Amino acid sequence: MKTQISKTSSPPISMQQQIFLKKQRKKHHQIRFLQIGLLFFLILGWEIAADTDAIQAFIFSSPSRIINCFFVMLKEYALLHHMWITVLETLLSFLLVSLISIFLAIILWWFPTCSKVLEPYFVVLNSLPKSALAPILIVWLGNNMKTIIIAAISVAIFGSILSTLSAFVSVEGEKLKLIKTLGGNKWDCLRLVVIPSCIPAILNILKVNIGLCLVGVVIGEFLAAKSGLGYLIIYGSQVFKLDFVMLSIFLLCLLAMILYFSLQGVEKHFKGHF
Amino acid sequence: MDNALSINHLSYTYHSINGETNALEDVSFFVKQGEFISLVGPSGCGKSTLLNMIAGLLPVQQGEILIQEQPLRKSQKTIGYMLQKDHLLGFRTIYKNILLGPEIQKKCNTQVKEKADALLKKYGLYQFKDSYPKELSGGMRQRAALIRTLMIAPDILLLDEPFSALDYQTRLNVSDDICKIIKEEKITAILVTHDLSEAISVSDRILVLSKRPATIKATLPITFSIPTNSPREARTREEFKDYFHLLWKEVEDENENTN
Repeated sequence: MKTQISKTSSPPISMQQQIFLKKQRKKHHQIRFLQIGLLFFLILGWEIAADTDAIQAFIFSSPSRIINCFFVMLKEYALLHHMWITVLETLLSFLLVSLISIFLAIILWWFPTCSKVLEPYFVVLNSLPKSALAPILIVWLGNNMKTIIIAAISVAIFGSILSTLSAFVSVEGEKLKLIKTLGGNKWDCLRLVVIPSCIPAILNILKVNIGLCLVGVVIGEFLAAKSGLGYLIIYGSQVFKLDFVMLSIFLLCLLAMILYFSLQGVEKHFKGHF
Repeated sequence: MDNALSINHLSYTYHSINGETNALEDVSFFVKQGEFISLVGPSGCGKSTLLNMIAGLLPVQQGEILIQEQPLRKSQKTIGYMLQKDHLLGFRTIYKNILLGPEIQKKCNTQVKEKADALLKKYGLYQFKDSYPKELSGGMRQRAALIRTLMIAPDILLLDEPFSALDYQTRLNVSDDICKIIKEEKITAILVTHDLSEAISVSDRILVLSKRPATIKATLPITFSIPTNSPREARTREEFKDYFHLLWKEVEDENENTN
């Protein structure tokens, strides 16, 4: 409140400051322009190279072929359905990973002995390449969505638990002491200090999780699916329709971006006082 | 009259893999109701251990701590503790920070809220009620931390170098500020500090602790010919520098024994 008042009543900006701000803004626009320009240049170069047969369009595809393919697949291959399946699986596994890992991190924080006992297990499981688990999961759980979601969870969960726990234990001991001097118990420490002060860290972990869940879903779909973008990639490469593959990869890029930025939106909403 | 606090033959030992450390050995002293006591002594001598024990954060191993002649565990008295840093929670407004104690003790009623408003008004923070801690200066934050402690209506207030994180000028102002508040509210207080002039300017009595394991080495009562509630005022008094020499000698002796 106070700072806002002082901001509005602050003296007008000096000439030098105006020049500085203008420069900053110009720099910002320049970077944006170059970013978009680079993308445009890459797409254009790709298209020209394919059109002039510098690269084989059959193998490398081309932007125009991908766009064509997009419309064809929309009509004939229920592309939207495949996208929806991938999104659904990603969101489900993300939700489960987030809830389970926060819950387990709380349990481990509460029982330090338990966390010490389990630590080596988590570390090993976290460094294990989770794609190695996928074939076993198919055998155990069958060729269905459950397998894919479990595969995605297995990719993200161990890292998520470890990072959440380390955020919890890094909360300043003096702050916990404060709660105790005010007559609080462990539960008060958890709800009043540990969890609220870890919200920024948790949001960062969630951003990592959503990416990892997408990776897990695609791995799962490679092996055990009848739909989804991962399935389309495998299918496309088997029938040698590289346009299929390229389009699916492009859509995955888009999907990853949308998921990441929507989480960033949530983060911005939460930020302010941390 | 009963003593607000008596410490009788208190000893404390820390255990770790590398061995045991005697932090306190046979410490005995008392604090009268409304008295302001300072503990000075070499760093790492166990002053904070003593405060942690009085606050009930560490168990009593040997000896006893009596609060108004009642053992610490049984006494219903509240003990406030001000730490070195203010530790205001950044994600709560000043008002919510101040209500932390009552919230924990589930006593957040209108009466308590009125008290919070009154204290905020009295000590010039009311207009910052809805601000977040980072918007306040170091001195204001420390004042907010004191109000947070006062909200639990402490019978005894423990201060563990509460001004040491502030720069010198702020430190003088804040210690003046805070000590006036404590004396105005007539709270029994125990201050741990390294700063000898701070100890002299605020206390009724100074206890000099020896190096580890800490024992009470000397007691120095401070009385000014014209009493004052303001530490800044006290620093200007003629007696101040005599007390300083006396205290300096005590602490210096202790340091020489160490070397």
